[in-house]
Amino acid sequence: MPGLEDLYREIILDHYRNPRNRGELPSPPALRAEGFNPLCGDEVVVSLELEGDVISDLKVSGQGCSISQSSASMMSTAVRGKTVAQARGTIKAFRAMMSLHGQQLDGRPEGTGAGPWANEVPAGTALGDQPGTAEALAGDGGADERSAAEVAADEGVELGELEALQGVVKFPVRIKCATLPWHTLAQALDEAEKDKA
Amino acid sequence: MEALGVMPEPRPTEPVRPLDVSRLKKDFPILERQVHGKRLVYLDSASSSQKPLVVLEAMDHYYETTHANVHRGVYEIAEEATALYEEARAKVARFIGARGPEEIVFTKNATEAINLVAYTWGRTNLGPSSAMVTSEIEHHANLVPWLQLRGEKGTELRYLRLRPDGTLDLSELPRLVDGAGLLAITAASNVLGTLPPVRQLADVAHAAGALVLVDAAQSVPHTPTDVAALGADFIAFSAHKMLGPTGIGVLWGRRELLEAMPPFLTGGEMIRDVGLDGFSTNDVPWKFEAGTPPIAEAVGLGAAVDYLSALGMASVRAHEQALTRYALGRLKERYGDNVVIYGPPEAEERAGVISFSYKDVHAHDISQVLDEAGVCVRAGHHCAKPLMRLLGVPATARASFSVYNDQADVDVLVEALSRADALFG
Ligand SMILES: Cc1ncc(COP(=O)(O)O)c(C=O)c1O
Repeated sequence: MPGLEDLYREIILDHYRNPRNRGELPSPPALRAEGFNPLCGDEVVVSLELEGDVISDLKVSGQGCSISQSSASMMSTAVRGKTVAQARGTIKAFRAMMSLHGQQLDGRPEGTGAGPWANEVPAGTALGDQPGTAEALAGDGGADERSAAEVAADEGVELGELEALQGVVKFPVRIKCATLPWHTLAQALDEAEKDKA
Repeated sequence: MEALGVMPEPRPTEPVRPLDVSRLKKDFPILERQVHGKRLVYLDSASSSQKPLVVLEAMDHYYETTHANVHRGVYEIAEEATALYEEARAKVARFIGARGPEEIVFTKNATEAINLVAYTWGRTNLGPSSAMVTSEIEHHANLVPWLQLRGEKGTELRYLRLRPDGTLDLSELPRLVDGAGLLAITAASNVLGTLPPVRQLADVAHAAGALVLVDAAQSVPHTPTDVAALGADFIAFSAHKMLGPTGIGVLWGRRELLEAMPPFLTGGEMIRDVGLDGFSTNDVPWKFEAGTPPIAEAVGLGAAVDYLSALGMASVRAHEQALTRYALGRLKERYGDNVVIYGPPEAEERAGVISFSYKDVHAHDISQVLDEAGVCVRAGHHCAKPLMRLLGVPATARASFSVYNDQADVDVLVEALSRADALFG
């Protein structure tokens, strides 16, 4: 049975207590997207500015539990200064990490750490059908069988300290909290792309 | 008008006896299990209560010895199944002081019971020139059906407001019920524990010509209920919150009203006769019970009613009230202003639910920390989003009590909360 220490890693708590890139950029020119988890009232606002293909600045605001807020903070440090393609790659890798089959970072098949339920809950049913979950994040119904590490390698990105959030997968109801900021970032990037087109 | 905020007085004949909780706990098999290596401390009964062995056994026994469809077979076990199902109805009727079993309609849950009234009585009797009155503290189950009706029929929906002390502002009631066809009000708030003075509200509503529906989901499991004393025309509640099984709920309605209402769901069982160009409906309550009903669940509900009746509902209320008083005191004594408790300050003015926040730790995180200590509390908006907006919080943690909780459970909760400091302080 997973314990609290699997969830509340020190890095996560640090981002919760000292959130990075907190705030909102004036919009316009910044692009802005809001994410909302109706189940628990968590809210994330992502605002970002692009210079060419690069996310030159990004801020997050909102309110919610430690997992949603620290995930937002960690996300901001992970993608700020990166290209849109890299950000999308990181979203994909994060999504894989938050899914039941992609959680093994080292690419080994499902093993000890994941908790007994991981094998029992078919991916794409209990979690994947709900909006705001990892599966819904990329909208492809979770067909991707690669591990988070494989996705990261294929996308040429590194998860880095985001790996601290992998423990969240053992607490299924909290996955939505962790993915909310990423869902919101994906939305903001979609807006950006629409603007360009 | 003053908010009295007290449960209706128990029927005078009912003695109040202390509950022997250490013995009662043994009746609930789930309380023997551990989580995270700790004793299970279940403080989420307002969401759904646990079940005593007698309820589980009654259902098992029914399936093992008697099961057949009801009201159909002419053979022995079908007769027995029908008798058990109808006996459960009679038990529920006595439990809430109904005039007879025909006033008890079995539904899926309280939500369906309220929807039944909205879809049948509501759509027949309410229109663009009438109005409905409810309150800002309702569970979505007693709000969304009326919003839906408003959308379809253009019926105005008016609200009793929440006061800062956690009670409802009743001064506006006479104005609100003027021209209204319905008052739909909770008997006990699942978030604040507020106990609106239902009888008083009902009298004002009736004087204005409105009917009164009471959402009794949080009162029937915890206090003596007498529908006549309550002054209601309809009440709704769920078995699963009163030590019974999931899958069955109750609509009680005054017989004349039920008889005048059109059917809700249609199909088998609810008909008297069917031809190729029409049908006539069965008598109440079967008119509202289309299809094969939850038979085993009714048997389980009957057993739960027996169990609660044996304890005595006045004793149940006294026990839970004392426990609520103890918990309010312990939380304040230990955490002072770091704990914010929502709702009326005194245990006498509230049901056995305590919504709280702790420092600025999010309710999810509180619940997670408590879980580690084996404590189950609810975290979230408790299906009462308009109320949460008024309180200005996205979510609260909520501890709620039932007959199997005692002071030791509260002590575990109070101790475990301090663990949040280590993580989030
Ligand atoms: C006050 C109140 N009304 C209605 C309901 C709905 O009950 P059910 O979900 O069993 O239909 C609840 C359940 O939480 C409640 O607390």
